Amino acid sequence: MCLGIPGELVGVVDDHPDLAMVDVSGVRRRINVGLLADEDLSVGDWVLVHVGFALSKISDSEAQAVLDYLEGLGQPYADELDALRESDIT
Amino acid sequence: MRFVDEYRDAGRAQALAADIAARCEPGRQYTFMEVCGGHTHTIYKHGLEDHLPEAVTLVHGPGCPVCVIPMGRVDDAIHIARQPDVIMTSFGDMMRVPGGTGSFLDAKAAGADIRMVYSPLDALKIARANPDRRVVFMAIGFETTAPSTAVTVLRAAAEGLENFSVFCNHVMIIPAIKAILDSPDLRLDGFIGPGHVSAVIGCEPYEFIARDYGKPLVVAGFEPLDILQSVHMLLGQLADGRSEVENQYARVVPWHGNRVALAAIGEVMRLRPHFEWRGLGFISHSALGMAEEYAAFDAERVFDLPGLRVADPKSCQCGEVLKGVLKPWECKVFGTACTPETPIGTCMVSSEGACAAYYNFGRFSRERVREASRA
Repeated sequence: MCLGIPGELVGVVDDHPDLAMVDVSGVRRRINVGLLADEDLSVGDWVLVHVGFALSKISDSEAQAVLDYLEGLGQPYADELDALRESDIT
Repeated sequence: MRFVDEYRDAGRAQALAADIAARCEPGRQYTFMEVCGGHTHTIYKHGLEDHLPEAVTLVHGPGCPVCVIPMGRVDDAIHIARQPDVIMTSFGDMMRVPGGTGSFLDAKAAGADIRMVYSPLDALKIARANPDRRVVFMAIGFETTAPSTAVTVLRAAAEGLENFSVFCNHVMIIPAIKAILDSPDLRLDGFIGPGHVSAVIGCEPYEFIARDYGKPLVVAGFEPLDILQSVHMLLGQLADGRSEVENQYARVVPWHGNRVALAAIGEVMRLRPHFEWRGLGFISHSALGMAEEYAAFDAERVFDLPGLRVADPKSCQCGEVLKGVLKPWECKVFGTACTPETPIGTCMVSSEGACAAYYNFGRFSRERVREASRA
């Protein structure tokens, strides 16, 4: 649960300004982006996702570096992605 | 240097390791605490201690939220979960944490409806779909996770949901660091500060550590290179006679933190007068409970809880490990009676617990080798 995982914003959610669709290592899920209300977010941006919430906006290169790092972690990242797959935030 | 290939920039890692060695004053020992369990995981997974000079010792701090939940709170949560109309929801990490009367997994096997969720917002969805059941979210975590719980409660309130509540166990990192600084057991030269917690609280709350205790602190990222760089920065401060808060992880951590997240916590939660931490005992103003205004969403007010304090098993030395006084393998039951499959203490449960991290990756660390060579 403590991992921050990079997700790429791939779409908005109609009627829900606090929600957005992200792609995390090929898993697409809705997350809450309300904590980044002070940031100017748009499709293509990367965010660090923690328990279904975008915690920080990060650069493309940082996202790639964190992804490489997480993939190297093995099981903890696989568990996190499995948990994300089960998620259905509305 | 078998690990260096895994680093983002192997050349930089090698140069840093050399610079770190050069910055150590001959004859001086340096002890730094990495507060966050994510850092502990990185240190063991990448055998970082093998790349540091012998003069530098890293000790592992209390920053694993699963590890610091006292047994009595687990028992209270299981008590709630056993109510016939309750669906208890929890992050997967909590499932095997032992209380005095077993874990969530044990309670689930005995018939309690306990479901793993990825996000508190998933728990909210379960509440919407089950209006005839009471849905409780077992909220754990430091300031990284507390805003998610707070926003979820705000959402539940806005929707007028009457069957959702939170069993709030959110803890705060600053009082824990202060408790360690005030503890006579340990002499530290500086801190590697937590990354994601700091994305929420920023760097300013650590300033008292540098100012009042004269200890440097460097907020650090999670990659091996980040940690090496932070050790390098800490040694630089000590060499210059400085004690400051520095931000090595500025690519994620804004100096002032996240205003929206802090406001959500401030709206929904209040500081508890005191809270028990596993192994550390009661620490004043170290945890968050639900604000009076959100009493309807507070499982501690909705349910009648036993609230019993349960002492840790006598053989368990998680307290000493969480304070950095003992290394994981120095615990009497490490790797024998206590393993990740059958944990006695919480440090063996979470992958970020110092004992589990060491058990999984730490077999080649230099202390272990030294210890073996003495035997």
